Amino acid sequence: MLAYIIRRTLYAIPILIGVNLLTFVLFFVVNTPDDVARMHLGAKRVTPEAIEQWKQEHGYDQPLLYNRKASGVAKVTDTIFYNKSMRLFAFDFGSSDAGRDIGEDISQRMWPSLAIALPTLLIGLLVNISFSMLLAFFRGTYLDLSGVMLAVVLMSVSSLFYIIGGQYLFSKLLHLVPVSGYESGMQAWRFVLLPVAIGVFSGIGAGSRWYRTFFLEEVNRDYVRTARAKGLPEARLLFRHVLRNAMVPILTGIVVILPTLFMGSLIMESFFGIPGLGSYTIEAIQTQDFAIVRAMVFLGSVLYILGLLLTDISYTLVDPRIRLS
Amino acid sequence: MRAPDLLFNRSIPFVKWMLFIVTVLATVACSDQPWNSPYPPDQAGQNILYSSFASRPNHLDPARSYASNEVVFNGQIYEPPLQYHFLKRPYQLEPLTATRMPEAYYLDEAGQRLPDGAGEEEIAYSVYDIEIQKGIRYQPHPAFAKDKRGRYLYHALREQDLDSVTTLSDFHETGSRELVAADYVYQIKRLAHPRLNSPIFGLMSEYIVGLKDYAATLKQVLEEEGTEASQPRYLNLADYPLAGAQVLDRYRYRIKVRGKYPQFQYWLAMPFFAPLPWEADLFYSQPGMKERNITLDWYPVGTGPYMLTVNNPNRQMVLERNPNFRGELYPREGGPGDAQAGFLEDAGQRMPFIDKVVYSLEKEAIPTWNKFLQGYYDVSGISSDSFDQAVQIGSGGDIALTPEMRDKGIHLNTAVSTSIFYMGFNMLDPVVGGDSKRARLLRRALSIAMDYEEYISIFRNGRGIPAQSPLPPGIFGFIDGREGVNTYLYDWTAQGPQRKPIAEARRLLAEAGYPNGRNVATGKPLVLYFDTTGGTPDSSAQQNWIRKQFAKLDIQLQIRNTDYNRFQDKMLKGTAQIFQWGWNADYPDPENFLFLLYGKNGKVEHNGENAANYKNEEFDRLFEQMKNMKNGPGRQTVINRMVEILRKDAPWVFGFHPKDFVLYHDWYHNAKSNLMANNTLKYKRIDPQLRERQREAWNHPVVWPLGLILLLLVVSVIPAYIGYRRHERQQGRAVNS
Repeated sequence: MLAYIIRRTLYAIPILIGVNLLTFVLFFVVNTPDDVARMHLGAKRVTPEAIEQWKQEHGYDQPLLYNRKASGVAKVTDTIFYNKSMRLFAFDFGSSDAGRDIGEDISQRMWPSLAIALPTLLIGLLVNISFSMLLAFFRGTYLDLSGVMLAVVLMSVSSLFYIIGGQYLFSKLLHLVPVSGYESGMQAWRFVLLPVAIGVFSGIGAGSRWYRTFFLEEVNRDYVRTARAKGLPEARLLFRHVLRNAMVPILTGIVVILPTLFMGSLIMESFFGIPGLGSYTIEAIQTQDFAIVRAMVFLGSVLYILGLLLTDISYTLVDPRIRLS
Repeated sequence: MRAPDLLFNRSIPFVKWMLFIVTVLATVACSDQPWNSPYPPDQAGQNILYSSFASRPNHLDPARSYASNEVVFNGQIYEPPLQYHFLKRPYQLEPLTATRMPEAYYLDEAGQRLPDGAGEEEIAYSVYDIEIQKGIRYQPHPAFAKDKRGRYLYHALREQDLDSVTTLSDFHETGSRELVAADYVYQIKRLAHPRLNSPIFGLMSEYIVGLKDYAATLKQVLEEEGTEASQPRYLNLADYPLAGAQVLDRYRYRIKVRGKYPQFQYWLAMPFFAPLPWEADLFYSQPGMKERNITLDWYPVGTGPYMLTVNNPNRQMVLERNPNFRGELYPREGGPGDAQAGFLEDAGQRMPFIDKVVYSLEKEAIPTWNKFLQGYYDVSGISSDSFDQAVQIGSGGDIALTPEMRDKGIHLNTAVSTSIFYMGFNMLDPVVGGDSKRARLLRRALSIAMDYEEYISIFRNGRGIPAQSPLPPGIFGFIDGREGVNTYLYDWTAQGPQRKPIAEARRLLAEAGYPNGRNVATGKPLVLYFDTTGGTPDSSAQQNWIRKQFAKLDIQLQIRNTDYNRFQDKMLKGTAQIFQWGWNADYPDPENFLFLLYGKNGKVEHNGENAANYKNEEFDRLFEQMKNMKNGPGRQTVINRMVEILRKDAPWVFGFHPKDFVLYHDWYHNAKSNLMANNTLKYKRIDPQLRERQREAWNHPVVWPLGLILLLLVVSVIPAYIGYRRHERQQGRAVNS
């Protein structure tokens, strides 16, 4: 397995270079370094000299990808791409274009993101599994049909509606929780409660339908039929055997998104004023802070690759028949 | 016998969880404050103002910060020598840290003092001698901290000394010192620092004597040292003299400005000219500080009524009363009607009134609005989404709060802002630009067709007034009523100015050679191009509306939508034909608006703010005359002529001046809008007890729907349980049979 992990890690390097290159090209197709400088210097009274100075100060005064004036390796290394992107591989995120240390910002902002994402994932998992098992238990009945219809309805509603509706109902009308905001420490739960509840509720439709298919697939297998023929009660059958086997695709599906939980939710964080990484990324895009955009895309890619690797490893753990080679 | 034990053991986590939940709910229920309060319980009833910010400030360094979301903070922390009178209108400057208003005296080229009333052609320099008050002290800050032997504690830090430091508050010792004139001079020199990129350096280097050379000197010093451009480096600016800013003695300094520039005094009311202690500059320049985000851009150091104690722009920024603030008295005089409005109730009282201000990050308008209605924000603007809920406009255009707002004791303040949104014609364009009669008539026809009254009604909820010239109300030169109407576009009626009928615009268009929107020479339809930014649903509706205005004259309008960067690029190259832009006043002087059409400020030729690239010899000559004149009938006459030239040439469609609407609660006092001053926080007062009572009355938790939801869940489980039992029985029967 170790060899497999090393091999996969090595495979990740060209992928990450590619992602970096793509982010770089996409960003600078839309924005020139002059645009970025102008954005940071403000709209009023910006002189060409100030733009040149800003570019020099922030390392944007070099060619983008290829330096014709340089010689040898410097043709590639004396470029914005090399200087800005390559150090990311050492997880040195550097400073934002506004002058803030990105690593420090990420380390501060990942916790609020996690405070929302982790409970949402765990509670959502519990609720979705329970609901989908209920549907699987009553498969083919009106209860199942109603449940599936309800799931489709829940899936069809925009998450923005859940957020605004939830804030309106629980905060504005019932006065039960704050509309938005965040506090660290013991006070955090008051601000996390509603986003988590909304996150769980808005995920019931898609999650339970997805899990229901896993359960139905398992329910029709031979070993279930055999167990049922032996007179095993249906509830015990579902909880003891079907659940355990259906958990394999569910858990591997979860493992892949585990690392990306740090990245936060863009809309949720924005509406609830959660100072997480989701809103950090959105802000960076709005303010054209390439340094942050680049760092967040890189981090997202690394975490996704890590998630995929963990998924492969988790397969071997939950199913001993699988060998990584 | 084992089963019950097992059952009991398994239930322990459940019991623990239930106990935890009950404890939490009990804690909340026993707390005095409403459940939906976003603030810690210990803040209840305290003299704290709550506000919000939508985007984090990029710069709090007074040499760099220019944006409105930055001066909200800097204005309360830094003290330039002058400020605007809080109540008087038109806006008036008054001393802040200065002992009196500085009066400029003039020198000739040889440096000889000229007598008062000397001609402008003789004046080579203006000199401002500014004396500051004694005894003003800086806020407590580690940069000033000294040990018992008088040595600075934190001026020679090594990287390892910062191991346990993550924020400024990790430096436990603080100190302070008296403000001296040298601090003002130090800051003026910082405007030229090559690594600060001060936005006003370009402008000031044209005026402050020697500033441009000073920047070159500093650049050379830094280059010779070879320090990386991104790394902070302390330069003791006192070692590098600047001819245009000199210390006269401990409390007096001199600024020497090239030529006559009366508007310079307005700049002296901005944080750019606030003092900066060299100790702070040195402190923040030490190795390892920037890596910890401990910079002057993040932790300002001032003498003002407030100091920034929490700067977490990801969540919250907190201003607290500066314990070293000297105290300042609330104005005893105001404008007409201020006493009746209660704005003089605190006359002569010592400021600031509020102990602490908490700014919370709010990215979205809806949560912000809801929190204002719940009493968790003291003041609020009005977004388009909530406009109808807050304000009702009568048939006569009169504006009033809705009954819901009035019942809550909410008040409304409106003020026409000192800004303008306009539609510009690129005067370099062969079709709409130039000085020909054809082009002028075409522009005037389009100006009539662009019905800004309708625009304000549809897109601004009535929040704005159509502009008759570049000058907004409140700026010298603006004329209200019949005399101030643009007669090229409006007729005066009993109801006020009435936009000329579209038939008049068609007549002008025909006279210009485009009858019914067709070129009389070629017979081809007239196609014009509108360059704009946007792409949102809102902007697309606005663009469609503009297209319809042009269609009233049978002119086809092609919208060239682009992002703001590309738009700016087009403007710089002069490739745009028609565009929309705006300007917000730096200071309340007509020069700050009319310079937007001054030929030597042309965007293409001079990279200035004259985006229309308008050039008119008479206008330029009058501008040069007007900018140095004192407000009075003479200046008004010149401005009237300039405005007349603009109305005739129509390089802009004078769009509208936006109207600011501000809502505030009953417990918030001294709410008079001052659109020029940025240090108004010290004048505000709140009644925290009333706020507390109102919050409690408005935010009683309503719990019964939760019980209902729980009941519904239980009820919905019953059919499932019945189905399960039936299923089990059927299975049992099947097995038995």
